[in-house]
Amino acid sequence: MEEVRLMKGNEAIAEAAIRCGCDGYFGYPITPQSEIMETMMAIAPWNTTGMVVLQAESELASINMVFGAAGCGKRAMTSSSSPGVSLMQEGISDLACAELPCVLVNVMRGGPGIGTIQASQADYYQSVKGGGHGDYKMIVLAPASVQEMADHTVLAFDLAFQYRIPTMILTDGIIGQMMEKAILPPFRPRLTNDEIREKYPWATLGKTADRAPNYILTLELYSEDMEIINLRLQANYKRIQEAEVRYEEFSCEDADYLIIAFGTSARISQKVVELAREEGIKVGLLRPITLFPFPTNEIKAYASQVKAMLTVELNAGQMVDDVRLAVNGQVPVEHYGRLGGIIPTPDEVLEAMKRLIVNK
Amino acid sequence: MTLNDIIDPKNLVYAKTKVMNDTPMHYCPGCSHSVVHKLIAEVIEELDIQDKTIGIAPVGCAVFGYKYIDIDWQQAAHGRAPSLATAVKRLLPDRYVFTYQGDGDLAAIGTAETIHTCNRGENIAIFFINNGIYGMTGGQMAPTTLNGMKSTTSPSGRTVPLSGHPLDMTKLLAQLDGTCYVTRQSVHNIANIRKTKKAIKKALENSMLDKGTSVVEIVSTCSAGWNMTPADSNNWMEQNMIPAYPLGDMKDI
Amino acid sequence: MAKVKGAIVVNTERCKGCNLCVVACPAKVLSLSPDSNLKGYNFSYMSNADSCVGCAACAYVCPDACITVYKVKNKTE
Repeated sequence: MEEVRLMKGNEAIAEAAIRCGCDGYFGYPITPQSEIMETMMAIAPWNTTGMVVLQAESELASINMVFGAAGCGKRAMTSSSSPGVSLMQEGISDLACAELPCVLVNVMRGGPGIGTIQASQADYYQSVKGGGHGDYKMIVLAPASVQEMADHTVLAFDLAFQYRIPTMILTDGIIGQMMEKAILPPFRPRLTNDEIREKYPWATLGKTADRAPNYILTLELYSEDMEIINLRLQANYKRIQEAEVRYEEFSCEDADYLIIAFGTSARISQKVVELAREEGIKVGLLRPITLFPFPTNEIKAYASQVKAMLTVELNAGQMVDDVRLAVNGQVPVEHYGRLGGIIPTPDEVLEAMKRLIVNK
Repeated sequence: MTLNDIIDPKNLVYAKTKVMNDTPMHYCPGCSHSVVHKLIAEVIEELDIQDKTIGIAPVGCAVFGYKYIDIDWQQAAHGRAPSLATAVKRLLPDRYVFTYQGDGDLAAIGTAETIHTCNRGENIAIFFINNGIYGMTGGQMAPTTLNGMKSTTSPSGRTVPLSGHPLDMTKLLAQLDGTCYVTRQSVHNIANIRKTKKAIKKALENSMLDKGTSVVEIVSTCSAGWNMTPADSNNWMEQNMIPAYPLGDMKDI
Repeated sequence: MAKVKGAIVVNTERCKGCNLCVVACPAKVLSLSPDSNLKGYNFSYMSNADSCVGCAACAYVCPDACITVYKVKNKTE
């Protein structure tokens, strides 16, 4: 039977993780996402599913605990908010290099620096362009509701293991803190070690007599071999780009103008579409659900339909770069955003849209 | 009796353990790392735990430890081996999990992870190679470098005003309630090699007894980093390192 | 009386000529060869094989596990 609950986005992530067979959560408190670990600790899943929940001494430790667990083929996750995710970047680069599946949650807050604790989307670049060193990418999911916080947690684990890639849920303090009803995913048992051995033969569960030792590595001194690793990663990213683009459209069929926004900004922009249409301006909204892979082709297709595009982001203009790359100068693309944790009102965004129309 | 009569499998008294493979180790001639690798491999064979042991390699010369001991390995970012080991052991409690770390890894960049892992009493073994120098990067000063000891970043010898005091991490870890066995050994002669092997064995055995973390420091040489022959390095270590880092058990409960 | 006789076999290609076995041998059996292996190391060998008692001191200290040790108790009249 479906279980519907009124809950915070952060709580939905915790509940969904436990239900979808997560083996280990390793985290460090930081606002506005601490409810994720608090919820898990309150549920105490080690008594039911056997899942390990551990409060680490730092984000450095927690991301490296995720590495250790993921290396054993376990479903491991961590969560943090912007400054904490910055601390994790070395570990994320290592996870990407070692091709370890895992789920990372960034409940963004305003930066730079320690910044504010209010919602922001200023970690777009960091998340989709590879925040750490080296050429790597993560799959990045951008939920826009509490329901999606739960759904994306399950999806993130599935994609991470399908492609052996770190997968990030990139959300913000609003989606994390707000309460909505959510249908929780059904319970799925954790994999046994034998099942892991079968499904993920690379996992370090102990070298049995029938196979060579398994190594989870991030160092390769020979450039020729390091290039091979890099090419393998790039080929994986290409496969993901071709197969896993996810997005949602509102009122796009007859749109003269297109807003592109994800997460909280998309929620605001939905209202903007309504307000604009009340005034007779045909605005549509395209909401990327995957930020990597980015819906480049889908946005490009609208370049021959609409007169201009506007990205709405809680930052100084980051995703706008990818939209501009997609349309390649065919139509004007502008950005509207507020910074440091300020959330724009729909009226404010509508005004920006009108300015775009006048200046086009 | 000819040599060929003696060299017969029935007369065998010592041979390389099968847990150590035939890949030549990359370590410099006479390196203590090699001795400790050999001992770990021998203990894994004696305990018959090759299929149940997961090693966590550090950053530093021992980053390639996985190439020589035929068990499953993960290689950690610099200093984070205890965090990896924590997760591996928590998720695989019936496995033997150890970290192998140098002084830069364990006592500098990984100080927090080391202390908190030991303080949580993770049921793992930590093998800590202390040769007072960063070997892999070319002989820079380590937190354990002795006062007056020369390195490429303390070319006139380490001084307290500039760099502070040598850090005795093992003594510090012995103070923590989470550790059950903390010992300092060396591998510069047969007697000490035997003691180190016993300590490694005990640390691995402890990891199955739910007693807490075992730490085995091995005071070691780095003949390339110290600019000495392997034999001279052993002598220098005996005369200089061991007085500063005295051998023996600090804790055994 | 029983006389103990020993012998060792050095994996000469694995040996790095570190000399620690030469120093450790209580019976002064070992030396570094004037010949070198493919890596250019002067490997260890039994220059005084008759004195070897198979105590395995050399093998215990050998960092690279290059030495295999054999020992027999040889009954003489």
